[in-house]
This record gives sequence, C-alpha cells and structure tokens, in this order.
Amino acid sequence: MSNSKNNAVIKYNRWGYIFLIPFATAYIIFQMIPLITTIYNSFFENYRDGLTIIGPNFIGLENYKTLLESGKLLTYAKNTLIMWVMGFVPQIVFSLLLAAWFSDPALRLKGQRFFKTVIYLPNLIMASAFSMLFFTLFSNVGPINSILVGTGILKESYQFFNHVWSTRALIAFMNFVMWFGNTTILLLAGMLGIDTSLYEAAEVDGANATQIFYRITLPLLKPILLYVMITSLIGGLQMFDVPQILTSGSGDPVGSSMTLIMYLNMHLYSKNYGLGGALSVLLFIITGILSLIIFKAMGYEKGVKK
Amino acid sequence: MEQTNMKASKGMNIHLRRIISYVVLILITIMCLVWFYILFINSTRSHAELNRGFTVVPSTYLLTNLQNVLHGTLPILTGLRNSIIVSVISAVLCTYFSTMTAYAIHVYDFKGKRIAYTFILAVMMIPTQVTALGFIKLVGNIGLDDHLGALFLPSIAVPVTFFYMKQYMESTLPLSLIEAARIDGANEFYTFNRVCLPLMKPAVAVQAIFTFVSSWNNYFIPALVLHSDEKKTLPILIAQLRGADFLKFDMGQVYVTIAFSIFPVIVVYLLLSKYIVGGVTAGGVKG
Repeated sequence: MSNSKNNAVIKYNRWGYIFLIPFATAYIIFQMIPLITTIYNSFFENYRDGLTIIGPNFIGLENYKTLLESGKLLTYAKNTLIMWVMGFVPQIVFSLLLAAWFSDPALRLKGQRFFKTVIYLPNLIMASAFSMLFFTLFSNVGPINSILVGTGILKESYQFFNHVWSTRALIAFMNFVMWFGNTTILLLAGMLGIDTSLYEAAEVDGANATQIFYRITLPLLKPILLYVMITSLIGGLQMFDVPQILTSGSGDPVGSSMTLIMYLNMHLYSKNYGLGGALSVLLFIITGILSLIIFKAMGYEKGVKK
Repeated sequence: MEQTNMKASKGMNIHLRRIISYVVLILITIMCLVWFYILFINSTRSHAELNRGFTVVPSTYLLTNLQNVLHGTLPILTGLRNSIIVSVISAVLCTYFSTMTAYAIHVYDFKGKRIAYTFILAVMMIPTQVTALGFIKLVGNIGLDDHLGALFLPSIAVPVTFFYMKQYMESTLPLSLIEAARIDGANEFYTFNRVCLPLMKPAVAVQAIFTFVSSWNNYFIPALVLHSDEKKTLPILIAQLRGADFLKFDMGQVYVTIAFSIFPVIVVYLLLSKYIVGGVTAGGVKG
C-alpha cells in the first residue's frame, strides 16, 4: 500500500521536471547561450574596418587590455557613477522622508493613495519618450527657456545641452523623478513592517520624532536600504535610454554624459564584437558581485532551504 | 503647568509638521506631473503658436497635429501595432510560464529542485544588456533577426516574475487543494490550469501589467534587433525623431508623437493603479 503510494508520489514529482521545461529551454537559449557566446567573443579580434571584416582571430586577453588601457572605459564608468550618485542622493533623501511621513501614525496624512499613485507614475513612463520630451522642453527654443527669459530670470536662453553639468544634472534629475516613487514604496513597506510597540516604547521614554527616526527606524531598515541601494546601483550601471535619447547617442558635451551601456551599444551597433564582448564580461562580473551581495543580504538561500 | 506647556508645544509641533508634509507633497506632485501637463498643452498647439512661447491654456490643434503625424513620414501606426503585439504577447507568455515554473518548484519534490531554485534567484539581478552581444548573434543565427519574436520569446524565462509568483504561491496555494484535485482524478496539467491559475489571478494581473509596461518601454534590445520600418516599435521611432534634425520638424507633431507613446500607459495606470502600487513591494522585499 505505502509502496504504491510512494510510486504515485514519484509519478507526480516527475511533473516537476515537465513544468520546468519551457522556462529552462527559453533560459538556456536566450540567456545562457548568449552569455557563453559573449564571453567567447571577448577573446577574439573581430571588428569592421569600412567594408572589410577583421577576424575573428583568437587574441586571448588583448581586448581587455585595449579596453582598460584606452582610458575611455574609466571616463565612461566615472560619468555613469557621477550621474547615478547625483540622482540617487536626492532619491534616497526624499524617499526616506516621504516613507517616514506616510507611515507616521501621529501625522495621519490624508490622500496617501493619491500621492502614492502620483509619485509612482513617472516610473512607468517610456524613458525614451520622457527624454525626448525633456529634450524639446529644455532646448534653446523650448518652453523652459521661453519661461525663464519671459519672466526675466535669464537675459537670453540657456543652452542646457552644451554644458557638462546641466546635461548631467538633467539626466540625474530624470532618473530621480522616475525612480524615487518606487523607492518610497519599498521603504514604506519596510517601515510598516516595523513592530509598532517599539515606537510606543520610545515615545513613552520621551523620544521625539527625529530621535525615533534615527535610533529606531533607520537601523531596522538597514537590510532594505542595502537592497534599495544595490538594486539602484545595478540599475544605474544600466543607464542608457535617458542619456542616449537626450544626447542622440553622442554623450555630448565632449563625452561627459556617455555611460557604460551607451559605450557598449556603440560597439554592438558597429559590430565591434571583440571589444563589445570584453566590455560585457566586465559589466557581467560587476553586476554579478553586486547581486551576490543582495542574495546574501536578503537571505535568499535560507528561503531556498526552507 | 510645565506638562500642559509641553503638550501644547507637542501639539503645535505635529500641526506644523503636518503642514510641512502637505506642502512638500504638493510640490512633489507638481514636480511629477508638470511635464505631462506641458506635453498635453503643447500637443494641442500649432508650430507657429509654439514658436511664440509657452502658455498654460490649451489650443485647438490637437486633431490637426494628430492627423499630420498619422500622414507623416514616421510609421507611427505600424509602430503602435508592433508595440502592442510585442507587449501583449510578452505579458501573456511571461505570466503563464513564470507561474508554471513557480508551480513546479512549489508543488513537486524532485532531484535538483533546490539547485534550480537557487540558480534562478542567483541570476535574477543580471541585466539583459550584458548578454546582448550573444543575443544578437543568436537571433541572427536562428533567423529571428528583424523579427518581433526575438523580443517576446525570451519572456518565457524571466526570473524576477518567477520569484514574485513563487512568493505569492506560498501564501495562497495550499498543497491540500492540489491533493484534492488529484483525488478527484484531475491530471497535473488540468490541476495547474484550472485550480492553480484561477487562484493566482491577482498576481498574474500585477505581473501582466509590469511585463506589458516594461516591454512597451523597452528600447535597448529592440533597437539592436529591429531594422525595417515594418517592424519598428514606438521607442525606436522616438529615437529616430530625436536623431533627425528636429528643428526642421513641425513641433506640434513632435509633441503629439511623444504624447502618443506616453498617454496610453498613463491611462492604463490610472485605471489599475490600485493593484500596481500594491504589487510593487510584494515581490522584491520581504521583511
């Protein structure tokens, strides 16, 4: 009897494999094989010079050497990080502030649903269309300049896209607007998960709102803050749509808003597969390390064992 | 005496804090929405009016601008059709197969299950850009170059959606229910489709929206895969608009084209925001 039941269970469990087939097949074809080909290509000299195709010839780590020695990689990595930090700092400040307000029972804010809906909205907007919008709004003859000149704030229109820091600031600002709502909602979930008796105890002890925030909320939020920061950094490394459209792929002025993925896109577009492969592998290693940190910090492996 | 003083100051304090929060929240609301307001206003104005500077009231050229765009050089209607095809099929494939994968891990006990689960979680954060090179080569080799299938077929395997489904399943799908279906003689496939999927409806809805929106907005991979005007999706057309020397354009048309790509998502979002905002947290962070 128990034997036949065992057999039945084993028969059922075979379905586990069957249900995994579509995912496994699609994953192997569209992600695993591409990853392997990408790594493989990074060891070959393979690019176009006009109409002639050079390679593929095996050259070992030569592509990595070229990439690291050219100095461009470092410049573009620096650009990407600068713009990420410029967007992330206001993002985390506003998100913490808003989440603290939304979760504060003493404040009893009305219209929370409305505000949450509004701040999350920019996250769903097509980044390329949003950038095109900003490009037209901030262009020399666009409405922002016309308002600034019309109200007498500026004497003549300011060329936002000809100055390094105004271009970077616009990109960072757009990233901030698009992502702070998402971060607020994540942090809010974390804050609502904190045991309210801790707050009550602190209040009885005479702590004020600022003290409660710094002594109780922040320390307990640490894992989520880490999660938010690392996922944002991974997202920041992928920064592409906004600067690509805003600068029409040039990364101007003088390459100061060229990001790592824009650089990768340039190689892919011109079929420069050797250097493109090496760049992809470097980005893969960096994001791999970052996601390993999340994996550990969130205790995913414990969830698996359970 | 001292105590009443303290109480009064604390009351003032909360009152003041509430006012500050509302002021900041209203400013932030303006910061989020003003762009779309300007976009709307400018879409309704003619090129000549736009050149005269900005006004806050809409004009009457919305339909004219729209007509001009539809009869213009950018294949905007084909773009719209392609975007809808890719996004809808992606959403269907992604939610159905992610749920199926989560079901395999959640319900069955088989050799290698733990390894499979750990693996999927480990690769969850790896961005598609880093494998784009191999992906383009593969797409060329299997004859999917310049084909919409190259964009929706990979959505059968999306680790993040799988993770969300698995989390949701843990709280809503009791194994006893599946046992009961088996006793009633249902086969495993039937049980998945008729018992599991209906219970997963809320999660499927949330993830369907997210997948739809992210493939609607996707620009990096489509720009590398699609080449012919017949196949291009909206983000590529926007990029093309940016690439052309835009000052030669009728600006009213430029604004309408942008509005055309943005407003459908806004409308869908406003209709379904209740589910979307709630769904943001459920997958990623747990406690």
